[in-house]
Amino acid sequence: MLDSTPKEMIQRKVGLINPAKTCQPIGAMYAALGIYRCLPHSHGSQGCCSYHRSHLTRHFRDPIMASSSSFTEGASVFGGGANLKTSIKNVFEIYDPDIMAVHTTCLTETIGDDIPSILSTAEVPEGKRVIYASTPSYVGSHITGFSNMTTGMVNCLVEPGEKEKKEQVNVLPGFVNPGDMREIKRMLKELGIKFIMFPDTTGVVDSPMTGRYQMFPRGGARVKDIQDSGSSKFTIALGFFASSEAAFLLDRKCSVPPVVLRTPVGIKATDEFLMTLRNRFIQDIPYELEEERGQLVDIMTDTHFHFHGRKVALFGDPDMLTAMTEFLLSLGMIPAYVLTGSPGALFEKEINTMLKAAGVEGKVRAAGDLFELHQWIKNGPVDLLIGNTYGKYIARAEDIPFVRLGFPVMDRSVHSYLPVVGYRGAMRLIEMISGALLDRADRDAAEEDFELVM
Amino acid sequence: MSVFEPGSIVEERKDFIHTKGRQKKSLKCDSDSIAGCVSQRACVYCGARVVLNPVTDAVHLVHGPIGCASYTWDIRGSLSSGSELYRNSFSTDLQEEDVIFGGEKKLTAAIDQLVEKYPTKLVFVYATCIVGVIGDDLEAVCKNASLRHGIEVIPVESSGFIGNKAAGYRAACHALLRLINSGVNQDNNKVEKIPMSVNYLGDFNLAGEAWIIQNYLHPLGIKVNTNFTGDSTYRSLKDAPKASLNIIQCAGSMAFLAKEMEEMFGIPYMNISFLGVEDTSGSLLRIAEFFNSHKAVKAAEELINREEEIVKPLIEGYRREFQGKKAAVYVGGGFKAISLIKQFREIGIEVVMVGTQTGRPEEYETISDMVEEGTVVLDDANPTELEKFMMEKEAHLLVGGVKERPLAYKLGIAFIDHNHDRKHPLSGFAGAVNFAGEVYSTLCSPVWKYLK
Ligand code: SF4
Ligand code: SF4
Repeated sequence: MLDSTPKEMIQRKVGLINPAKTCQPIGAMYAALGIYRCLPHSHGSQGCCSYHRSHLTRHFRDPIMASSSSFTEGASVFGGGANLKTSIKNVFEIYDPDIMAVHTTCLTETIGDDIPSILSTAEVPEGKRVIYASTPSYVGSHITGFSNMTTGMVNCLVEPGEKEKKEQVNVLPGFVNPGDMREIKRMLKELGIKFIMFPDTTGVVDSPMTGRYQMFPRGGARVKDIQDSGSSKFTIALGFFASSEAAFLLDRKCSVPPVVLRTPVGIKATDEFLMTLRNRFIQDIPYELEEERGQLVDIMTDTHFHFHGRKVALFGDPDMLTAMTEFLLSLGMIPAYVLTGSPGALFEKEINTMLKAAGVEGKVRAAGDLFELHQWIKNGPVDLLIGNTYGKYIARAEDIPFVRLGFPVMDRSVHSYLPVVGYRGAMRLIEMISGALLDRADRDAAEEDFELVM
Repeated sequence: MSVFEPGSIVEERKDFIHTKGRQKKSLKCDSDSIAGCVSQRACVYCGARVVLNPVTDAVHLVHGPIGCASYTWDIRGSLSSGSELYRNSFSTDLQEEDVIFGGEKKLTAAIDQLVEKYPTKLVFVYATCIVGVIGDDLEAVCKNASLRHGIEVIPVESSGFIGNKAAGYRAACHALLRLINSGVNQDNNKVEKIPMSVNYLGDFNLAGEAWIIQNYLHPLGIKVNTNFTGDSTYRSLKDAPKASLNIIQCAGSMAFLAKEMEEMFGIPYMNISFLGVEDTSGSLLRIAEFFNSHKAVKAAEELINREEEIVKPLIEGYRREFQGKKAAVYVGGGFKAISLIKQFREIGIEVVMVGTQTGRPEEYETISDMVEEGTVVLDDANPTELEKFMMEKEAHLLVGGVKERPLAYKLGIAFIDHNHDRKHPLSGFAGAVNFAGEVYSTLCSPVWKYLK
């Protein structure tokens, strides 16, 4: 289907062709699902909410609930205050969540609905909470939306706590799958460190089958824990784009110092994550984690010749790409093209620095689209493509092996349960990448070159 | 016992739900969803996009922020026998400054750029919510672009908030009519009709369904002139006025277009359905009879006999497996719901709950007449209601779309996709067998044994 993408590079000034990002509210919705008994609420027309739920449903294969202000023409002329207030009343009456997380849409932002002031006069039942984030999609991307809602949690829930800090760490995992959040929590538990993680979508979008439908499954960060995050010793924000804003705000509000780290994908970023914790808490790294690291290095040694010098094109969300680029370099691969749909000059700078340090030539782009990536590949072929489901079009058109990673992945299952973070996640990534490369080698091998052991 | 338990259904929703045999027959529908409900409904843009997207050789340019375009990128599953242009996602990706200063310039530039890059005779420009609010003059931008490039650039007035999905269907029909009617000195009313030809309205060629129907009509000596809109092209749509009859599969999206075409080009129309054996056979006969051709009727009868002989035993085999099973239906339009009730009857499954997103009053009446006592009928339901009634009515199977699938699974209920995500054709005789087969594979999967 993408056979029509021309090879000669075309200069474009406006618009996107085959986007590598989507809009803020879906990120906000996902973040909100990471609070226990929280109903995300989309303040806008029904369409957005419906699309966001469908998209998340396709990726997670779990029911994704969110209510909508169900805008009509009247609301868009007279403002959506009344709709939002009715929504709050109805949501608590019908669905009875503990907390409602309101995000805006392009429409409500454009007509200028002022959410804080609407909320200040809304009737919220005793003991219930309403938090909010501003998420116009003509700014940023779904990652910005995720970041904004995480920041909204700090903004609306956390109060300046005691001066005396507790021996605990806040961990903001960023826009990753519940499988990744589980793995991050497991590492923290292995270390024996007390932590507060938010948002935490484990148990919400990967909830178990019980034969009963629960609108609010058991998972998610507890409101009281989020509130308590102001008393933590420090905050680890995993991923600059998705997590740092909230961490900075926590610092401003409650003097909890932030440490911004890469999403712990690959050996180096995982090392950094664990070392930061070890150093701050003067902890030993438990043998279990050391063993895993040793296994990972063992695997990397066993397989390094599969990877060395292979060219990769990768696209997706900025935090994941930064970590992935680092990991691919550690495998001896060449991240030839790295493209995100999210805007951010910092992204380009960071990746370029990494590539330069490794002596690798590569093209890097923020706020790009898949048309552009495809053109690059046409002009300089790669051995492997890594990205979300939409990459399959390019992979097919150019006949390149393809590894699905990131959001959304809508044509495969299980991915959201299994981690790519930590040492174990790195093992899984290696399996995925070498599987794709070696399957291709098998497929392409001439009869006389077809080998049993590879 | 009332279907309403205190607290389970919001007061305002009660008029949208009724149980056959218990209350008055009329059901409230066609109105806006209630703020604060989890609705399964979508927006005007969504309605317009699903109808127009299968036009294969058009550039579908979404004028708005990125989301609206990225969520509709190739989710339809409509197949094409030619161009694949429609499977791309084009967006003006409006930014903050565009929202403040207006997006017309950007739109103009985007159209120019796309037209230069992709050879096309047709561009659809979809308005999203924000465009309605910032007040871009789509009409003017499109008209200018049209003149500049000598092609059709058609605005689709689909700002999401001006109604629901049904309003989007209408916006799409307006755009299609515009396309048909515009151009050099066309007097479509005088166009010579092709004898024994039909336009097939409301089939989007999901999993190649439109092709199946074409293959049925062909041996009857009936030509499908234009498909709306599955596997259609600029050229084929322009030729639409030449048909002698419009047959409508999806009435929800296409009834309006058919009425307009009758008025403009004198083409009569007929509702048909190719879902299930009974409907397929009946529809083929009615189409043949319309043309008053003995030959066509005879050919239809032959085809029906031949096909029924093949599929009936297959379906009978499945039917035996389905004894005592009950189904729930929650789909987009009323017409599809009606067909599904019949189709379930064919395979021996009772329908105990029927809901739609955008059903019309007369459709709900038909549904009400068809179903058994005690069946729950509901409009614009939310997941809580779906759950409640499926459990209460002890449904074993749900037919729905993407958002309903995991809901059913979580309840331990089998599921069939009757929406864009379907992978096998469900139309015609072949489709009837596929349908039974799909019901079988989900209903009788061993997976349900591991639930407890
Ligand atoms: S913005 Fe409007 S047009 Fe776009 S998806 Fe939302 S409701 Fe539909
Ligand atoms: S209008 Fe904005 S929020 Fe809604 S889908 Fe489009 S981009 Fe997303």
